[in-house]
Amino acid sequence: MSAVELAPHGADTTKPKARRGDIAWRWWLVMPALIVLLLAASGPLLIVLVYSFLEPGNFGGVVWNFSTDGWFQVFFTRDIFDETLVTPATAHLDIFWRSIKLALYTTLITAILGFPTAWFIATRAPDVRPIWLFLVTIPFWTNLVIRTFAIMEVIRNEGLVNNVLRGVGIVSAPIQMLFTDFAILLGMAYVFLPLMVLPLYASMEKLDFKLLEAGYDLYASRLRVLWHIVLPLVKPGFIAGSILVFIPAIGAYVTPRILGGGRNLMLGNLIELQFGQGRNWPLGSALALTLLVIVVIALLFYIRSTSQPEGQRHG
Amino acid sequence: MPSSATRSDIEVEKLSKVFGSGEDAVRALDDVSLTIPENEFFTLLGPSGCGKTTLLRMIAGFEQPTSGRIKLGGSDIDDLPPNKRPVNTVFQSYALFPHMTVAQNIGFALKMLGKPKAEIDETVSRMLKLVKMEPMANRKPAQISGGQQQRVALARALAPRPRVLLLDEPLSALDLKLRKEMQVELKRLQAETGITFIFVTHDQEEALTMSDRIAVMSAGKVLQVGPPREIYNHPAERFVADFIGDTNFIAAKIERANGRSATVRLPSGTALDAGLPEGLSPGEGESVTLVVRPEHAKLAAEGPLRGTVENAVYFGTDTHFHIRLDTGDLFILRSQNAAMANGLPETGDAVSIAIPEGAVQVVRG
Amino acid sequence: MGKRNFSIAALPGFATIAMITFVFLYLPIVTLVVYSFNEAASMARWEGFSLRWYEAALNNRQVQDVSIRSLVIAAWAASLATILATMAALATTRNERRFPGQTMVYALINQPLMVPEIVTGVALLIFFAMIKVSTGYQGLAYLVAAHTAFCIPFAYLPIRARLETMDLTLERAAADLYATPWQAFRHVTLPLLVPGVIAGFMLAFVTSLDTVVITEFIKSAGQDTLPTYMLGQMRRVITPEMNAISTLFLLLSLIAVTVFFLLSRKKA
Repeated sequence: MSAVELAPHGADTTKPKARRGDIAWRWWLVMPALIVLLLAASGPLLIVLVYSFLEPGNFGGVVWNFSTDGWFQVFFTRDIFDETLVTPATAHLDIFWRSIKLALYTTLITAILGFPTAWFIATRAPDVRPIWLFLVTIPFWTNLVIRTFAIMEVIRNEGLVNNVLRGVGIVSAPIQMLFTDFAILLGMAYVFLPLMVLPLYASMEKLDFKLLEAGYDLYASRLRVLWHIVLPLVKPGFIAGSILVFIPAIGAYVTPRILGGGRNLMLGNLIELQFGQGRNWPLGSALALTLLVIVVIALLFYIRSTSQPEGQRHG
Repeated sequence: MPSSATRSDIEVEKLSKVFGSGEDAVRALDDVSLTIPENEFFTLLGPSGCGKTTLLRMIAGFEQPTSGRIKLGGSDIDDLPPNKRPVNTVFQSYALFPHMTVAQNIGFALKMLGKPKAEIDETVSRMLKLVKMEPMANRKPAQISGGQQQRVALARALAPRPRVLLLDEPLSALDLKLRKEMQVELKRLQAETGITFIFVTHDQEEALTMSDRIAVMSAGKVLQVGPPREIYNHPAERFVADFIGDTNFIAAKIERANGRSATVRLPSGTALDAGLPEGLSPGEGESVTLVVRPEHAKLAAEGPLRGTVENAVYFGTDTHFHIRLDTGDLFILRSQNAAMANGLPETGDAVSIAIPEGAVQVVRG
Repeated sequence: MGKRNFSIAALPGFATIAMITFVFLYLPIVTLVVYSFNEAASMARWEGFSLRWYEAALNNRQVQDVSIRSLVIAAWAASLATILATMAALATTRNERRFPGQTMVYALINQPLMVPEIVTGVALLIFFAMIKVSTGYQGLAYLVAAHTAFCIPFAYLPIRARLETMDLTLERAAADLYATPWQAFRHVTLPLLVPGVIAGFMLAFVTSLDTVVITEFIKSAGQDTLPTYMLGQMRRVITPEMNAISTLFLLLSLIAVTVFFLLSRKKA
């Protein structure tokens, strides 16, 4: 990028020649980032698509023969002895269902905790708000493995909760919490909570509190003000937060691996299995793409709900 | 009187600017021509959206004209980028660099021009003195007041000794008292430096007090150019008369027109002498609009206009009489207050209005 | 007297839930930190304050290796991502209308935020496996490249935010005062952009340190980073040494995030 090409910074370039020059230097500037992203993020997704239509190799990898088995196995199982006997792949479908269920529950829990928290922060004095917000973000920027480990420390059999319960004498034997769906749910709610609070806060911060006064002035109760005034106005934040929580939750790998203890698999773990012990890369690729499709559907839902004319845009 | 130009500094020839295209196209400037001589305090006056800022930005080089030319000291500057034009701007928001000190801001242009450090230092201290900001030299813009920022912005733009200084509503962010001070200050600086100032404002009072000449603009066109006194006393257009000061408009018919003066007949039958704008030569019997300033008219026993007082509003220095004329029009008359308020008319009184010679002007539109 | 002030913003129970949230957020971390100082090998007993697990962690050769590897990768990835993101942010801000393709550029830059890490991990596993086979190169560059791409959106966001709040007239003023476009960039835009760039770097650095899944999928043998090492250790019997490592790591992230916080509070 030569210095001269920086020329039309912000200048109103109504001359077509100047505008073309402006566009050219912008493309040159953005190109290196795009190349890295295409090579190490977006581009390889296409290779996954190709792999999902190949035959698995004996020791991982693929054999370059076209096959739809990978996709077939996502949903169906062939009998080992009689190839014509086809049954739904219940093990896979169970995991799909569990993943979606856990991701939705996680979204719900983070919303229930996140909404009052964001509200609490948004109603503090302007100069202390960033500090509360900072407190929410610190755990978010802490390593995922560490945060999951921290949850494990709390719910282990010899962890904090069981220690306290036994110390007080409520229980004699530790309650098994680790390696259950509850543990996964708790862990995911814990690690993804900031992703719900931040966009909710962003939309609440912009809220005009005069509107609430108007609501009370017109005889609305607190609940009705909340329901008829606050909720519709912070809806964009709600939707953004939900999508930010749902996407990583549905694709979670680390949290179910540590807290689910290898028995309670989620989609992420199932995918990993195919590239590890399973040695079925085409199936793994097909599963990964299925996950991607779920995410895209969620994103499309998000785009549709934010582009509705009556919904105030977020940001 | 139009000042007899010595040497022209800025020449604007048939300049037009269109934003957007097709049906959304907005003509921000429409065939504007102006000549601004050296060492003049020239003001572009008009309501927001009239094109005055667009014109200023084109002289600075931030916008390219759609058609027409701008000449500086006789040579074309259309193809020069802003950083090659010997023209500096005082921005409305001041645009002081927040990460530099006052002194660094003032020295910025000279540094960019590659001047030696000694010369930069010398100019900076001279400029600091000029705008009375020496004690603030090492402060950052955020650490000084709005009025002080204004001075720094001025000093920064003056430091490289531009041929022309452009000022884009530079006083609009200041409170009234500071604004008055800076008006005087700007006049002083212009006189001391001898640089041509082109000043953009929507404040007619500011324009009248400071300018050598004023160009009144509306909807992308220059309506009238002239010294403040001429613009105020002899507005050529209805818009100009209306925009600058308070005005009474009266309908009349031309009796006789001769060059820059005419005789008009009011509906009451009285004949009056009136000024005619340049280039306007109405025929006999043609309907025209007259302008009479409220403070030029007088209450009198006998006069060409008669009516009834509807309202008298006391203003301290003067009183405004709202008089319903017999023709049905409303006429506002401003009368200076004396210590004794004897014999002043009250609501409901019938009055006559006298109009002294030279106080009547025919306007276009 | 006796009449309570009617608070517009107060909603019943909200403050309580907010407090529960903060306890929920910090209790596990505090527990983790506290037990890193426990003399005993198990959480079941508190046997007194001790630094023995820190000593063990710091003397653990493997921990040293993976920590250094993590930091090296994060330094490279964050630097590269910050440079690329700064350029991209300059290209995608401060124009009155978007250039053709700008929406697609946004989508590409933000793509790592949208696609689940596990999918990116799988894709890179396959892609890099192909390159590894054909070139024979097994080094750290794969991890650096993957982390760089993943960090770009995190570096991009604060830099772009900074540019968007920057007063455009400052650059115009520089041009008016005879600065060439390069001088205007060098003396005005860049100095004002610095806090955004540092903030972007900090976020990218922390993001790289935090990246587990992608690293887990594409690392070659002996290329464990601190998070993947810890993930592996989770399958074994866990001693407070893990708490000590976590606490040190936590401290590092905390410093980086605090720097980011302080910088992003400074107004443009």
